[in-house]
Amino acid sequence: MNDKQQNTIRFLIGLGDDSVVLSHRLSEWCSNAPYLEEDIALSNIALDYIGRARMFYQYAVELEGNKRTEDDIAYLRNERQYTNLLIHELPINDFAFTMVRQYFLDVFYCEYLKLLCDSSDEQISAIANKAVKESRYHLKRSQPWITQLAEGTSESKERIQLALDELENFVGEMFLMEDWELMLVDSGIAVDRKNLEANWNSEVQAFLNKSEMCFPDSQLQIRGGRNGIHTEHLGHMLSEMQYIQRSMPGLEW
Amino acid sequence: MQTVNDAEEQLKFDQRIIDEQKIEPTDWMPDDYRKNLIRQMSQHAHSEVIGMQPEGNWITRAPTLRRKAVLLSKVQDEGGHGLYLYSATESLGITRSKLIELLQTGVAKYASIFNYPTLTWADMGAIGWLVDGAAIVNQISLQRTSYGPYARAMIRICKEESFHQRQGYEIMTVLAKGSVEQKEMAQDAMNRNWWPSLMMFGPHDSDSAHSGKSMKWKIKRQSNDYLRQKFIDQTVPQIEALGLEMPDPELKWNEDRGHYDSGEINWEEFYQVINGSGPCNYQRLKHHKKAHKDGEWVRTAVRAYQEKQTAKNQTNVA
Ligand SMILES: [Fe+2]
Ligand SMILES: [Fe+2]
Repeated sequence: MNDKQQNTIRFLIGLGDDSVVLSHRLSEWCSNAPYLEEDIALSNIALDYIGRARMFYQYAVELEGNKRTEDDIAYLRNERQYTNLLIHELPINDFAFTMVRQYFLDVFYCEYLKLLCDSSDEQISAIANKAVKESRYHLKRSQPWITQLAEGTSESKERIQLALDELENFVGEMFLMEDWELMLVDSGIAVDRKNLEANWNSEVQAFLNKSEMCFPDSQLQIRGGRNGIHTEHLGHMLSEMQYIQRSMPGLEW
Repeated sequence: MQTVNDAEEQLKFDQRIIDEQKIEPTDWMPDDYRKNLIRQMSQHAHSEVIGMQPEGNWITRAPTLRRKAVLLSKVQDEGGHGLYLYSATESLGITRSKLIELLQTGVAKYASIFNYPTLTWADMGAIGWLVDGAAIVNQISLQRTSYGPYARAMIRICKEESFHQRQGYEIMTVLAKGSVEQKEMAQDAMNRNWWPSLMMFGPHDSDSAHSGKSMKWKIKRQSNDYLRQKFIDQTVPQIEALGLEMPDPELKWNEDRGHYDSGEINWEEFYQVINGSGPCNYQRLKHHKKAHKDGEWVRTAVRAYQEKQTAKNQTNVA
């Protein structure tokens, strides 16, 4: 297997990890949301992300020569082997936090996936095509939530502010590229996320300003997800998520 | 007090029931009919919603990505069923927030099956297979209920229920054919869920408090015991196909009756759970109340936002 193939697999697993971890967080809302409608809507988004994770993993498995399954990737790697960007793994906290994170990611994915549709790799392009439509729909839901909460009561505004504060140091990583990923950009497979940063910032700022909120441009950026350096939260998530596969290994479910 | 007009309306109503016509929200209906429907439909709605908890208990621990997606979409469907049923109940002149208040204060009930814990992954199989299976038997019968919005909700819901039952049975099939440990898990989950599933059909016909009127008004179309028998008859061959042992040693084919005989339900347990002392009654309501309370600030913010928007629009117009 050449470097390009190896990097592509690494790339796909990273994207799959982003999706699997976020979908897990979103699924935690099921039966806990402020409205029954939100239980359903958040589950829907979680389902979209599970679907995405499966597509990325399945393609990675195919490129690896079917030596393992999508579930081996999801359930048999530990926290140092997971390579998701950290923003996806943060606990759901309250509804404000969940929606602000979702909004940030929706803005990010709408742009990122749009560019990824032009990937020279047909399968990646096909996945991006499907996923970008979902993200556009997600954004249509997350945006009004931020507006309503930012302009609702003093409590809801404060909660949005707390969410912004907590997330500020996790945003930079979304635009951080590793050398191996840049090699894939050169071969037309991947997208340089660095190029999305300026637009992301101005779009988010402009949107938040409409509600008289602002997002500080933090200098401190926590990074490491793509290299398996996580927050303490991921290990707990994985021990819950992987419990059956780990305690009764090698079985069909 | 019944006026002459009411008496006339009552006659018309009775005739419409006899003629199998659907009663619609704006039609005249006797107070008791309305009350009875609100009780039954809201109980049904609450069951869908509370039922999200025992299965929700395994979403974050589902063993494969596919199982997780299927389970999550199943639980999501149940939430959707809750929504249709709440809005169908609202057509009788009561609000969803009032219905939720009645649930949280213990006035309204929900299916007592959801007061049992889901202890292993096999419970996801047993619930889909048995609990949704029992619900389908009941809901198919309710597709012919006399209240139009309820009947239509049932038709819509039944379409999704068969997927629920299939996914549950499929989980059971894999476990029953799996390792010794998995097979034990399947057997155990079926044993634990069997009796509570039979209890879902309610007391014996002779002891059923609400059945008489409900049958007369065609809210209910078939009796508890009839439906329970139907469920047993369809399920026993499935147990055999799975190769599991019968959860009740008295389950035997009765040639004369053309039905399976079965052992007696533990009615003491049935009433204990209905009256609030099942293993998870307290936990389920506590969970529901907590989610509701945690979301209060969101709902308040939404109302405040809407009021501000309305005020803005009014000044703009003026
Ligand atoms: Fe349902
Ligand atoms: Fe169901």
